[in-house]
Amino acid sequence: MTVATFQVDDALPTQSYQVTRTNLVKYAGASGDFNPIHWSDRVAASVGLPGVIAHGMFTMALAARALDSWAGAPGRVREFGCKFTKPVVVPDDDEGVTVIVDGTVRSLTDDAVHISLEVTCGDQKVLGAPKAVLAR
Amino acid sequence: MPVDPSLAGRTFPATEVYEVSREKIAEFAEATGSGFDGQAAPVTFPIVVAFPAMNDLMDDPEVGMELHRVVHGEQRFTCARPVVPGDRLTAELTVETVRQIGGADIISTRTEITDSEGAQVCTAYATLVHRGEEP
Repeated sequence: MTVATFQVDDALPTQSYQVTRTNLVKYAGASGDFNPIHWSDRVAASVGLPGVIAHGMFTMALAARALDSWAGAPGRVREFGCKFTKPVVVPDDDEGVTVIVDGTVRSLTDDAVHISLEVTCGDQKVLGAPKAVLAR
Repeated sequence: MPVDPSLAGRTFPATEVYEVSREKIAEFAEATGSGFDGQAAPVTFPIVVAFPAMNDLMDDPEVGMELHRVVHGEQRFTCARPVVPGDRLTAELTVETVRQIGGADIISTRTEITDSEGAQVCTAYATLVHRGEEP
């Protein structure tokens, strides 16, 4: 499948990503966001969180990774936005949690594809109204 | 203490030039499991460039934000082109609106990311929620 063959209402292939504490530490280093709620149980608990949570921007980056997969290549995403509605709590074990990214083609123009996404962890939507535009 | 609503409309000085290396994009792509073809950075990569501008806002004593009260509410990128290795980028943040809802300040920002030619590469819109003190 490539962007050129997308049709309106196409359900794009479900992408499933495992997230462990290691991923959060790597993302902290790569992004420069060292807020301890993303790596310290002690600090997370002190601000009332149920545990260490993923950076919202990390979850968004996973959704962007799904967009690249659907587009068939990096560099085609022209717009991408979402709300951060529910935290992704990542336990300190080897399994971590799984983030699932689904997408639906909403509309097509000569040079763009509009996609709405659904990003879930467990039974909760963790991003609100994620939407993207890919260059065709 | 709530954030002063007159903050709306204020533009902060542009950040120092950020030189984008192939290695930095590769590190970011690897951290998110994304593919990297040696050229286009992932669409959320510009947050690395916008982050110092957002810190300037949050660290400004006149603004009066307390970091531990800040939650990232919303994020959007609109890109003229992907960021690529060799880009020399600056970020200029403008506070678009400040609203008070239920004891929290909702601060909407727009950060323009431009290259060394002055051409717009990406606009990063971030909404920051500054939670009020517990009663």
